[in-house]
Amino acid sequence: MTTKETLGIRSFRVLTGAVLITWLILPLVPLAIWSFAKGWFYPDLLPRNWSLRAWEYAMSDTSGVLASLWLTIWISLVATFLSVLVGVPAGRALGMYKFRGKEIVELLILAPTIVPGIAVVLGIHSIFISLGLTNSVEGVILVHLIPTLPYMVLVMSGIFANYDPAFEAQARSLGASPLKTFWYVTLPAIRPGIIVGGLFAFLVSWSQYILTLLIGGGRVETLPLLLFNFATSGRNDITGAIGMIYILPGIIILLLTAKHLSGRSGAVGGFGQI
Amino acid sequence: MSDRMKIFLLLAPAMFIIVVLFFGGLLTGLMRSFNYMPVIGLTDPDLSAYVSVFTDREFYLSFLLTFHIAFTSTVISSILAIGAALLLRRSFVGRGIVNFLFQINLTVPHLVGAIGILYLFSQSGSFARLAAEFNMIQSPSDFPALVFDPYAIGIILQYVWKEVPFIGVIVLANMQSVGEDYESVARSLGASKWQTFRHVLLPLIFPGVLSASVMVFAFTFGAYEIPAILGANFPAALPVLAYRKYTDVDLAARPEAMAMAIVIALLSAVMIYFYLRYSRRRIRG
Repeated sequence: MTTKETLGIRSFRVLTGAVLITWLILPLVPLAIWSFAKGWFYPDLLPRNWSLRAWEYAMSDTSGVLASLWLTIWISLVATFLSVLVGVPAGRALGMYKFRGKEIVELLILAPTIVPGIAVVLGIHSIFISLGLTNSVEGVILVHLIPTLPYMVLVMSGIFANYDPAFEAQARSLGASPLKTFWYVTLPAIRPGIIVGGLFAFLVSWSQYILTLLIGGGRVETLPLLLFNFATSGRNDITGAIGMIYILPGIIILLLTAKHLSGRSGAVGGFGQI
Repeated sequence: MSDRMKIFLLLAPAMFIIVVLFFGGLLTGLMRSFNYMPVIGLTDPDLSAYVSVFTDREFYLSFLLTFHIAFTSTVISSILAIGAALLLRRSFVGRGIVNFLFQINLTVPHLVGAIGILYLFSQSGSFARLAAEFNMIQSPSDFPALVFDPYAIGIILQYVWKEVPFIGVIVLANMQSVGEDYESVARSLGASKWQTFRHVLLPLIFPGVLSASVMVFAFTFGAYEIPAILGANFPAALPVLAYRKYTDVDLAARPEAMAMAIVIALLSAVMIYFYLRYSRRRIRG
Protein backbone atom coordinates (compact mmCIF):
# COMPACT_ATOMS: atom_id res chain seq x y z
CA MET A 1 0.00 0.00 0.00
CA THR A 2 2.95 2.36 -0.33
CA THR A 3 1.68 4.08 -3.44
CA LYS A 4 2.72 7.65 -4.06
CA GLU A 5 -0.60 9.09 -2.88
CA THR A 6 -0.73 7.38 0.50
CA LEU A 7 2.89 8.37 1.09
CA GLY A 8 1.97 11.97 0.29
CA ILE A 9 -1.00 11.89 2.65
CA ARG A 10 1.11 10.31 5.34
CA SER A 11 3.85 12.90 5.19
CA PHE A 12 1.16 15.60 5.20
CA ARG A 13 -0.22 14.08 8.38
CA VAL A 14 3.15 13.84 10.09
CA LEU A 15 3.95 17.41 9.08
CA THR A 16 0.68 18.91 10.35
CA GLY A 17 1.05 16.89 13.54
CA ALA A 18 4.57 18.24 14.03
CA VAL A 19 3.40 21.82 13.39
CA LEU A 20 0.54 21.37 15.84
CA ILE A 21 2.70 20.03 18.67
CA THR A 22 5.41 22.67 18.04
CA TRP A 23 2.78 25.42 18.19
CA LEU A 24 1.44 24.06 21.49
CA ILE A 25 4.89 24.04 23.12
CA LEU A 26 6.22 27.21 21.46
CA PRO A 27 4.95 29.95 23.83
CA LEU A 28 6.70 28.25 26.76
CA VAL A 29 10.10 28.35 25.03
CA PRO A 30 10.89 32.11 25.27
CA LEU A 31 9.79 32.05 28.93
CA ALA A 32 12.23 29.24 29.68
CA ILE A 33 15.06 30.95 27.76
CA TRP A 34 14.43 34.33 29.40
CA SER A 35 14.79 32.78 32.86
CA PHE A 36 18.44 31.95 32.04
CA ALA A 37 19.21 35.08 30.03
CA LYS A 38 21.39 37.97 31.15
CA GLY A 39 19.95 40.60 28.90
CA TRP A 40 18.51 39.41 25.61
CA PHE A 41 18.28 42.24 23.16
CA TYR A 42 16.77 42.65 19.73
CA PRO A 43 17.77 41.29 17.22
CA ASP A 44 19.61 38.44 18.99
CA LEU A 45 17.87 35.12 18.38
CA LEU A 46 19.41 33.73 21.57
CA PRO A 47 20.83 35.56 24.59
CA ARG A 48 24.55 36.41 24.31
CA ASN A 49 25.12 35.87 28.01
CA TRP A 50 23.52 33.23 30.16
CA SER A 51 23.05 33.53 33.87
CA LEU A 52 21.27 32.06 36.87
CA ARG A 53 20.59 35.53 38.25
CA ALA A 54 16.80 35.37 37.77
CA TRP A 55 16.63 32.00 39.50
CA GLU A 56 18.87 33.17 42.35
CA TYR A 57 16.63 36.19 42.77
CA ALA A 58 13.47 34.07 42.69
CA MET A 59 14.89 31.67 45.29
CA SER A 60 16.15 34.42 47.61
CA ASP A 61 14.22 35.30 50.75
CA THR A 62 14.12 38.99 49.89
CA SER A 63 12.28 38.71 46.56
CA GLY A 64 9.07 37.36 48.10
CA VAL A 65 8.67 34.75 45.36
CA LEU A 66 9.01 31.82 47.77
CA ALA A 67 6.64 33.42 50.28
CA SER A 68 4.16 33.91 47.44
CA LEU A 69 4.65 30.28 46.38
CA TRP A 70 3.85 28.98 49.88
CA LEU A 71 0.84 31.29 50.12
CA THR A 72 -0.50 30.10 46.76
CA ILE A 73 -0.02 26.44 47.75
CA TRP A 74 -1.78 27.09 51.07
CA ILE A 75 -4.77 28.85 49.46
CA SER A 76 -5.19 26.15 46.81
CA LEU A 77 -4.83 23.34 49.38
CA VAL A 78 -7.48 24.79 51.69
CA ALA A 79 -9.84 25.58 48.79
CA THR A 80 -9.39 21.99 47.56
CA PHE A 81 -9.94 20.52 51.02
CA LEU A 82 -13.17 22.51 51.48
CA SER A 83 -14.34 21.57 47.99
CA VAL A 84 -13.81 17.86 48.72
CA LEU A 85 -15.50 18.15 52.11
CA VAL A 86 -18.60 19.83 50.69
CA GLY A 87 -18.51 18.46 47.15
CA VAL A 88 -18.41 14.72 47.94
CA PRO A 89 -21.79 14.65 49.78
CA ALA A 90 -23.40 16.81 47.10
CA GLY A 91 -21.99 14.55 44.40
CA ARG A 92 -23.46 11.56 46.21
CA ALA A 93 -26.92 13.17 46.27
CA LEU A 94 -26.78 14.02 42.57
CA GLY A 95 -25.19 10.76 41.43
CA MET A 96 -27.28 8.28 43.42
CA TYR A 97 -30.74 9.78 43.83
CA LYS A 98 -33.57 10.99 41.63
CA PHE A 99 -35.60 13.74 43.25
CA ARG A 100 -37.90 16.59 42.42
CA GLY A 101 -36.05 19.76 41.48
CA LYS A 102 -32.88 17.85 40.59
CA GLU A 103 -32.60 19.68 37.24
CA ILE A 104 -32.71 23.01 39.06
CA VAL A 105 -30.02 21.94 41.52
CA GLU A 106 -27.86 20.76 38.61
CA LEU A 107 -28.38 24.07 36.82
CA LEU A 108 -27.42 26.03 39.95
CA ILE A 109 -24.23 24.01 40.23
CA LEU A 110 -23.45 24.25 36.52
CA ALA A 111 -23.97 28.03 36.29
CA PRO A 112 -20.73 29.06 38.06
CA THR A 113 -18.72 26.84 35.69
CA ILE A 114 -19.99 28.85 32.71
CA VAL A 115 -20.62 32.41 33.92
CA PRO A 116 -17.28 34.29 34.01
CA GLY A 117 -15.84 35.23 37.40
CA ILE A 118 -15.74 38.97 36.64
CA ALA A 119 -19.56 38.94 36.38
CA VAL A 120 -19.99 37.91 40.02
CA VAL A 121 -16.83 39.02 41.80
CA LEU A 122 -17.67 42.74 41.77
CA GLY A 123 -20.88 42.03 43.70
CA ILE A 124 -19.05 39.63 46.04
CA HIS A 125 -16.50 42.35 46.70
CA SER A 126 -19.32 44.62 47.92
CA ILE A 127 -20.60 41.89 50.26
CA PHE A 128 -17.12 41.02 51.52
CA ILE A 129 -16.37 44.65 52.34
CA SER A 130 -19.24 44.69 54.81
CA LEU A 131 -18.14 41.32 56.23
CA GLY A 132 -14.53 42.44 56.55
CA LEU A 133 -13.37 39.63 54.28
CA THR A 134 -11.65 41.74 51.63
CA ASN A 135 -7.84 41.89 51.54
CA SER A 136 -7.70 38.65 53.51
CA VAL A 137 -6.52 35.12 52.75
CA GLU A 138 -9.83 33.77 54.13
CA GLY A 139 -11.81 35.90 51.67
CA VAL A 140 -9.66 34.73 48.77
CA ILE A 141 -10.10 31.06 49.76
CA LEU A 142 -13.88 31.52 49.98
CA VAL A 143 -14.13 33.16 46.58
CA HIS A 144 -11.99 30.39 45.04
CA LEU A 145 -14.73 27.94 46.03
CA ILE A 146 -16.94 29.42 43.27
CA PRO A 147 -14.93 27.80 40.46
CA THR A 148 -13.60 24.77 42.41
CA LEU A 149 -16.68 23.47 44.24
CA PRO A 150 -19.10 23.04 41.29
CA TYR A 151 -16.41 21.23 39.46
CA MET A 152 -15.74 18.85 42.37
CA VAL A 153 -19.50 18.17 42.66
CA LEU A 154 -19.73 17.32 38.94
CA VAL A 155 -16.76 14.93 39.12
CA MET A 156 -18.12 13.20 42.24
CA SER A 157 -21.65 12.89 40.86
CA GLY A 158 -20.12 11.03 37.92
CA ILE A 159 -18.29 8.72 40.33
CA PHE A 160 -21.39 8.06 42.46
CA ALA A 161 -23.52 7.37 39.37
CA ASN A 162 -21.45 4.18 38.90
CA TYR A 163 -21.31 3.33 42.59
CA ASP A 164 -23.14 0.37 44.10
CA PRO A 165 -24.48 1.20 47.59
CA ALA A 166 -25.21 -2.52 48.25
CA PHE A 167 -21.72 -2.93 49.75
CA GLU A 168 -22.53 -0.30 52.35
CA ALA A 169 -25.74 -2.11 53.25
CA GLN A 170 -23.82 -5.37 53.67
CA ALA A 171 -21.22 -3.76 55.91
CA ARG A 172 -23.96 -2.20 58.02
CA SER A 173 -25.88 -5.48 58.30
CA LEU A 174 -22.68 -7.15 59.50
CA GLY A 175 -22.53 -4.64 62.33
CA ALA A 176 -20.19 -1.91 61.09
CA SER A 177 -20.87 1.59 62.40
CA PRO A 178 -21.72 4.31 59.83
CA LEU A 179 -18.26 5.82 60.34
CA LYS A 180 -16.51 2.47 59.84
CA THR A 181 -18.67 1.76 56.80
CA PHE A 182 -17.67 5.06 55.28
CA TRP A 183 -13.98 4.57 56.10
CA TYR A 184 -13.62 0.95 54.99
CA VAL A 185 -16.25 0.63 52.25
CA THR A 186 -17.28 3.95 50.72
CA LEU A 187 -13.98 5.80 50.81
CA PRO A 188 -11.85 3.14 49.07
CA ALA A 189 -14.45 2.93 46.29
CA ILE A 190 -14.59 6.68 45.62
CA ARG A 191 -10.93 7.45 46.37
CA PRO A 192 -9.82 7.66 42.68
CA GLY A 193 -12.55 10.24 42.04
CA ILE A 194 -11.56 12.27 45.08
CA ILE A 195 -7.90 12.24 44.04
CA VAL A 196 -8.47 13.22 40.41
CA GLY A 197 -11.20 15.74 41.26
CA GLY A 198 -9.09 17.16 44.08
CA LEU A 199 -5.98 17.54 41.94
CA PHE A 200 -7.99 19.44 39.34
CA ALA A 201 -9.77 21.58 41.92
CA PHE A 202 -6.27 22.45 43.15
CA LEU A 203 -5.23 23.48 39.64
CA VAL A 204 -8.40 25.52 39.11
CA SER A 205 -7.70 27.45 42.33
CA TRP A 206 -3.99 27.67 41.43
CA SER A 207 -4.77 29.48 38.16
CA GLN A 208 -7.25 32.08 39.50
CA TYR A 209 -6.27 35.65 38.80
CA ILE A 210 -9.11 38.19 38.81
CA LEU A 211 -10.90 36.68 41.84
CA THR A 212 -7.70 36.89 43.89
CA LEU A 213 -6.83 40.35 42.62
CA LEU A 214 -10.19 41.88 43.53
CA ILE A 215 -10.97 40.09 46.78
CA GLY A 216 -7.36 40.08 47.97
CA GLY A 217 -7.11 43.75 47.04
CA GLY A 218 -3.54 43.17 45.83
CA ARG A 219 -2.45 42.39 49.40
CA VAL A 220 -2.89 38.64 49.04
CA GLU A 221 -0.13 38.26 46.50
CA THR A 222 -0.38 34.81 44.97
CA LEU A 223 2.03 33.60 42.29
CA PRO A 224 -0.14 34.68 39.29
CA LEU A 225 -0.38 38.22 40.70
CA LEU A 226 3.38 38.36 41.15
CA LEU A 227 3.87 36.97 37.65
CA PHE A 228 1.51 39.55 36.15
CA ASN A 229 3.33 42.39 37.93
CA PHE A 230 6.77 41.29 36.75
CA ALA A 231 5.48 40.70 33.20
CA THR A 232 3.95 44.17 32.94
CA SER A 233 6.99 45.87 34.49
CA GLY A 234 9.29 44.37 31.86
CA ARG A 235 11.46 42.14 34.09
CA ASN A 236 11.39 39.35 31.52
CA ASP A 237 14.10 37.21 33.16
CA ILE A 238 12.34 37.08 36.53
CA THR A 239 8.99 36.65 34.77
CA GLY A 240 10.48 33.62 33.02
CA ALA A 241 11.69 32.06 36.27
CA ILE A 242 8.38 32.63 38.09
CA GLY A 243 6.49 31.37 35.03
CA MET A 244 8.48 28.11 35.11
CA ILE A 245 7.82 27.65 38.83
CA TYR A 246 4.14 28.46 38.29
CA ILE A 247 3.50 25.80 35.61
CA LEU A 248 5.34 23.01 37.43
CA PRO A 249 2.44 21.66 39.57
CA GLY A 250 0.18 21.43 36.51
CA ILE A 251 2.70 19.38 34.58
CA ILE A 252 3.32 17.08 37.55
CA ILE A 253 -0.44 16.61 37.98
CA LEU A 254 -0.83 15.84 34.27
CA LEU A 255 1.88 13.18 34.55
CA LEU A 256 0.10 11.66 37.55
CA THR A 257 -3.38 11.67 36.02
CA ALA A 258 -2.73 11.11 32.32
CA LYS A 259 -4.23 7.64 32.65
CA HIS A 260 -7.51 8.93 34.06
CA LEU A 261 -8.02 11.60 31.44
CA SER A 262 -10.00 9.79 28.81
CA GLY A 263 -11.87 13.00 28.05
CA ARG A 264 -15.12 11.32 28.96
CA SER A 265 -14.48 11.84 32.66
CA GLY A 266 -15.88 14.99 34.20
CA ALA A 267 -12.32 15.92 35.15
CA VAL A 268 -11.56 17.31 31.70
CA GLY A 269 -14.27 19.97 32.06
CA GLY A 270 -12.14 21.60 34.72
CA PHE A 271 -9.51 22.43 32.13
CA GLY A 272 -11.93 25.05 30.83
CA GLN A 273 -11.29 27.00 34.00
CA ILE A 274 -7.52 26.85 34.13
CA MET B 1 -33.84 8.94 58.00
CA SER B 2 -35.99 9.42 54.90
CA ASP B 3 -34.37 9.74 51.49
CA ARG B 4 -35.64 13.30 51.15
CA MET B 5 -34.00 14.32 54.38
CA LYS B 6 -30.79 12.56 53.38
CA ILE B 7 -30.69 14.29 50.00
CA PHE B 8 -31.33 17.65 51.65
CA LEU B 9 -28.52 17.19 54.16
CA LEU B 10 -26.08 15.97 51.51
CA LEU B 11 -26.78 18.93 49.24
CA ALA B 12 -27.23 21.68 51.84
CA PRO B 13 -23.58 22.74 52.39
CA ALA B 14 -22.74 22.90 48.68
CA MET B 15 -25.97 24.69 47.79
CA PHE B 16 -25.45 27.14 50.64
CA ILE B 17 -21.98 28.10 49.38
CA ILE B 18 -23.03 28.38 45.74
CA VAL B 19 -26.26 30.28 46.41
CA VAL B 20 -24.72 32.71 48.90
CA LEU B 21 -21.45 33.36 47.06
CA PHE B 22 -22.34 33.02 43.40
CA PHE B 23 -25.98 34.09 43.30
CA GLY B 24 -25.50 36.50 46.21
CA GLY B 25 -22.67 38.13 44.28
CA LEU B 26 -24.76 38.26 41.12
CA LEU B 27 -27.75 39.76 42.96
CA THR B 28 -25.65 42.33 44.80
CA GLY B 29 -24.07 43.34 41.49
CA LEU B 30 -27.52 43.69 39.98
CA MET B 31 -28.77 45.82 42.87
CA ARG B 32 -25.73 48.07 42.81
CA SER B 33 -26.01 48.49 39.05
CA PHE B 34 -29.43 50.06 39.76
CA ASN B 35 -27.86 52.31 42.41
CA TYR B 36 -29.85 50.43 45.01
CA MET B 37 -27.98 49.83 48.25
CA PRO B 38 -30.01 50.31 51.42
CA VAL B 39 -26.95 49.65 53.59
CA ILE B 40 -25.38 52.95 52.55
CA GLY B 41 -28.67 54.81 52.28
CA LEU B 42 -29.35 54.35 48.57
CA THR B 43 -33.02 53.34 48.61
CA ASP B 44 -34.23 54.75 45.25
CA PRO B 45 -33.18 52.46 42.41
CA ASP B 46 -32.53 54.20 39.09
CA LEU B 47 -31.16 53.44 35.65
CA SER B 48 -28.44 56.08 35.58
CA ALA B 49 -25.56 53.56 35.43
CA TYR B 50 -27.14 51.81 32.45
CA VAL B 51 -27.88 55.14 30.76
CA SER B 52 -24.28 56.25 31.02
CA VAL B 53 -22.96 52.82 29.93
CA PHE B 54 -25.28 52.58 26.93
CA THR B 55 -24.60 56.14 25.79
CA ASP B 56 -20.84 55.66 25.95
CA ARG B 57 -19.15 54.96 22.63
CA GLU B 58 -16.29 53.15 24.39
CA PHE B 59 -18.72 50.57 25.75
CA TYR B 60 -19.99 49.65 22.26
CA LEU B 61 -16.47 49.44 20.85
CA SER B 62 -15.43 47.32 23.81
CA PHE B 63 -18.47 45.06 23.48
CA LEU B 64 -17.90 44.52 19.76
CA LEU B 65 -14.21 43.81 20.33
CA THR B 66 -14.96 41.30 23.09
CA PHE B 67 -17.60 39.59 20.96
CA HIS B 68 -15.15 39.43 18.06
CA ILE B 69 -12.47 37.93 20.34
CA ALA B 70 -14.81 35.30 21.78
CA PHE B 71 -16.50 34.38 18.50
CA THR B 72 -13.34 34.22 16.37
CA SER B 73 -11.37 32.30 19.02
CA THR B 74 -14.17 29.78 19.53
CA VAL B 75 -14.72 29.10 15.81
CA ILE B 76 -11.01 28.78 14.96
CA SER B 77 -10.31 26.62 18.04
CA SER B 78 -13.25 24.29 17.30
CA ILE B 79 -12.23 23.75 13.66
CA LEU B 80 -8.57 23.16 14.51
CA ALA B 81 -9.54 20.92 17.42
CA ILE B 82 -11.61 18.66 15.13
CA GLY B 83 -8.65 18.50 12.75
CA ALA B 84 -6.26 17.68 15.58
CA ALA B 85 -8.59 14.99 16.90
CA LEU B 86 -8.84 13.40 13.44
CA LEU B 87 -5.04 13.36 13.35
CA LEU B 88 -4.59 11.90 16.83
CA ARG B 89 -7.32 9.25 16.73
CA ARG B 90 -5.25 6.92 14.51
CA SER B 91 -2.62 4.75 16.06
CA PHE B 92 0.96 5.57 15.20
CA VAL B 93 4.44 5.19 16.63
CA GLY B 94 5.01 7.49 19.60
CA ARG B 95 1.30 8.15 20.12
CA GLY B 96 1.64 8.20 23.90
CA ILE B 97 4.23 10.96 23.85
CA VAL B 98 2.35 12.98 21.22
CA ASN B 99 -0.85 12.71 23.27
CA PHE B 100 1.00 13.91 26.36
CA LEU B 101 2.48 16.87 24.48
CA PHE B 102 -0.98 17.62 23.07
CA GLN B 103 -2.38 17.80 26.60
CA ILE B 104 0.52 19.60 28.25
CA ASN B 105 -0.81 23.13 27.89
CA LEU B 106 -4.19 22.14 29.33
CA THR B 107 -2.61 22.58 32.76
CA VAL B 108 -0.67 25.75 31.88
CA PRO B 109 -2.63 28.78 33.14
CA HIS B 110 -3.87 31.27 30.54
CA LEU B 111 -1.70 33.97 32.10
CA VAL B 112 1.51 32.08 31.30
CA GLY B 113 0.31 31.48 27.74
CA ALA B 114 -0.43 35.18 27.36
CA ILE B 115 3.09 36.14 28.46
CA GLY B 116 4.53 33.50 26.11
CA ILE B 117 2.52 34.89 23.18
CA LEU B 118 3.75 38.38 24.12
CA TYR B 119 7.39 37.25 23.98
CA LEU B 120 6.78 35.46 20.67
CA PHE B 121 4.75 38.03 18.75
CA SER B 122 5.63 41.49 20.06
CA GLN B 123 7.57 43.78 17.74
CA SER B 124 10.82 42.88 19.46
CA GLY B 125 9.75 39.27 20.10
CA SER B 126 11.08 35.98 18.76
CA PHE B 127 9.28 36.14 15.42
CA ALA B 128 10.35 39.75 14.81
CA ARG B 129 13.95 38.67 15.54
CA LEU B 130 13.58 35.78 13.14
CA ALA B 131 12.27 38.17 10.47
CA ALA B 132 15.23 40.48 11.11
CA GLU B 133 17.64 37.54 10.83
CA PHE B 134 16.32 36.87 7.32
CA ASN B 135 16.37 40.60 6.48
CA MET B 136 12.60 40.72 6.09
CA ILE B 137 12.35 43.73 8.39
CA GLN B 138 14.75 46.61 9.03
CA SER B 139 13.60 47.63 12.49
CA PRO B 140 11.15 46.28 15.08
CA SER B 141 8.48 48.77 13.96
CA ASP B 142 8.41 47.09 10.53
CA PHE B 143 7.05 43.94 12.14
CA PRO B 144 3.23 43.85 11.99
CA ALA B 145 1.52 44.73 15.28
CA LEU B 146 0.16 41.41 16.53
CA VAL B 147 -0.13 42.35 20.20
CA PHE B 148 -1.80 45.48 21.62
CA ASP B 149 -3.39 45.65 18.15
CA PRO B 150 -6.93 46.82 17.27
CA TYR B 151 -7.95 43.39 15.90
CA ALA B 152 -6.88 41.57 19.07
CA ILE B 153 -4.82 39.07 17.06
CA GLY B 154 -2.50 38.32 19.98
CA ILE B 155 -5.44 37.60 22.28
CA ILE B 156 -7.04 35.30 19.71
CA LEU B 157 -3.71 33.51 19.14
CA GLN B 158 -3.47 32.91 22.88
CA TYR B 159 -7.00 31.49 23.11
CA VAL B 160 -6.50 29.28 20.07
CA TRP B 161 -3.25 28.02 21.60
CA LYS B 162 -4.98 27.17 24.86
CA GLU B 163 -8.39 25.95 23.66
CA VAL B 164 -7.45 23.67 20.75
CA PRO B 165 -6.25 20.93 23.15
CA PHE B 166 -9.25 21.55 25.45
CA ILE B 167 -11.87 21.04 22.72
CA GLY B 168 -9.59 18.47 21.05
CA VAL B 169 -9.44 16.15 24.08
CA ILE B 170 -13.25 16.21 24.37
CA VAL B 171 -13.75 15.60 20.64
CA LEU B 172 -11.16 12.82 20.68
CA ALA B 173 -13.03 11.06 23.49
CA ASN B 174 -16.27 11.46 21.52
CA MET B 175 -14.68 9.94 18.43
CA GLN B 176 -13.34 7.02 20.42
CA SER B 177 -16.71 6.24 21.98
CA VAL B 178 -18.43 6.47 18.57
CA GLY B 179 -15.91 4.05 17.07
CA GLU B 180 -15.22 3.65 13.36
CA ASP B 181 -18.00 1.21 12.41
CA TYR B 182 -20.43 3.83 11.10
CA GLU B 183 -17.76 5.31 8.90
CA SER B 184 -16.74 1.89 7.57
CA VAL B 185 -20.36 1.24 6.59
CA ALA B 186 -20.63 4.60 4.81
CA ARG B 187 -17.34 3.97 3.00
CA SER B 188 -18.37 0.48 1.92
CA LEU B 189 -21.61 1.97 0.53
CA GLY B 190 -19.53 4.23 -1.69
CA ALA B 191 -19.33 7.47 0.29
CA SER B 192 -16.21 9.53 -0.27
CA LYS B 193 -13.89 10.38 2.62
CA TRP B 194 -15.31 13.90 2.77
CA GLN B 195 -18.93 12.66 2.63
CA THR B 196 -18.22 10.17 5.40
CA PHE B 197 -16.79 12.91 7.57
CA ARG B 198 -19.45 15.50 6.75
CA HIS B 199 -22.56 13.28 6.97
CA VAL B 200 -21.53 10.52 9.39
CA LEU B 201 -18.76 11.50 11.81
CA LEU B 202 -19.44 15.24 12.16
CA PRO B 203 -23.11 14.90 13.20
CA LEU B 204 -22.07 12.29 15.77
CA ILE B 205 -19.39 14.44 17.42
CA PHE B 206 -21.24 17.75 16.98
CA PRO B 207 -22.95 17.85 20.40
CA GLY B 208 -19.59 17.35 22.12
CA VAL B 209 -17.98 20.08 20.02
CA LEU B 210 -20.83 22.46 20.83
CA SER B 211 -20.81 21.92 24.57
CA ALA B 212 -17.04 22.47 24.68
CA SER B 213 -17.45 25.56 22.46
CA VAL B 214 -20.03 27.01 24.85
CA MET B 215 -17.53 26.82 27.70
CA VAL B 216 -14.82 28.36 25.54
CA PHE B 217 -17.07 31.18 24.32
CA ALA B 218 -18.21 32.10 27.83
CA PHE B 219 -14.65 31.93 29.14
CA THR B 220 -13.12 34.01 26.36
CA PHE B 221 -15.88 36.61 26.69
CA GLY B 222 -15.31 37.06 30.41
CA ALA B 223 -11.57 36.54 30.93
CA TYR B 224 -9.58 39.43 32.35
CA GLU B 225 -5.87 38.70 32.48
CA ILE B 226 -5.35 37.71 28.84
CA PRO B 227 -6.69 40.97 27.29
CA ALA B 228 -5.01 42.86 30.15
CA ILE B 229 -1.61 41.48 29.04
CA LEU B 230 -2.09 41.34 25.26
CA GLY B 231 -4.82 43.86 24.48
CA ALA B 232 -4.79 47.47 23.27
CA ASN B 233 -5.58 50.24 25.74
CA PHE B 234 -8.52 51.51 23.70
CA PRO B 235 -10.88 49.92 23.18
CA ALA B 236 -10.18 47.43 25.96
CA ALA B 237 -12.01 44.12 26.32
CA LEU B 238 -15.20 44.40 28.40
CA PRO B 239 -13.86 42.63 31.52
CA VAL B 240 -10.83 44.96 31.51
CA LEU B 241 -13.10 47.99 31.12
CA ALA B 242 -15.35 46.78 33.95
CA TYR B 243 -12.35 46.26 36.23
CA ARG B 244 -11.02 49.74 35.40
CA LYS B 245 -14.38 51.32 36.15
CA TYR B 246 -14.66 49.38 39.41
CA THR B 247 -11.22 50.44 40.64
CA ASP B 248 -11.63 54.04 39.42
CA VAL B 249 -10.82 56.66 42.06
CA ASP B 250 -14.28 58.04 41.33
CA LEU B 251 -16.52 55.72 43.35
CA ALA B 252 -19.50 56.89 41.26
CA ALA B 253 -18.16 54.72 38.42
CA ARG B 254 -18.75 51.55 40.43
CA PRO B 255 -22.42 51.12 39.45
CA GLU B 256 -21.29 51.39 35.81
CA ALA B 257 -18.80 48.58 36.40
CA MET B 258 -21.60 46.52 37.95
CA ALA B 259 -23.81 47.23 34.93
CA MET B 260 -21.03 45.91 32.66
CA ALA B 261 -20.67 42.81 34.82
CA ILE B 262 -24.40 42.22 34.46
CA VAL B 263 -24.11 42.64 30.68
CA ILE B 264 -21.36 39.97 30.67
CA ALA B 265 -23.50 37.64 32.81
CA LEU B 266 -26.58 38.17 30.61
CA LEU B 267 -24.68 37.68 27.39
CA SER B 268 -23.07 34.45 28.57
CA ALA B 269 -26.49 33.20 29.69
CA VAL B 270 -28.16 34.12 26.37
CA MET B 271 -25.35 32.61 24.30
CA ILE B 272 -25.44 29.39 26.25
CA TYR B 273 -29.21 29.20 25.83
CA PHE B 274 -29.02 29.62 22.06
CA TYR B 275 -26.12 27.22 21.68
CA LEU B 276 -27.87 24.54 23.74
CA ARG B 277 -31.15 24.99 21.88
CA TYR B 278 -29.37 24.74 18.57
CA SER B 279 -27.40 21.69 19.60
CA ARG B 280 -30.53 19.93 20.83
CA ARG B 281 -32.32 20.59 17.53
CA ARG B 282 -29.26 19.26 15.74
CA ILE B 283 -29.34 16.04 17.72
CA ARG B 284 -33.06 15.48 17.12
CA GLY B 285 -32.20 16.06 13.47
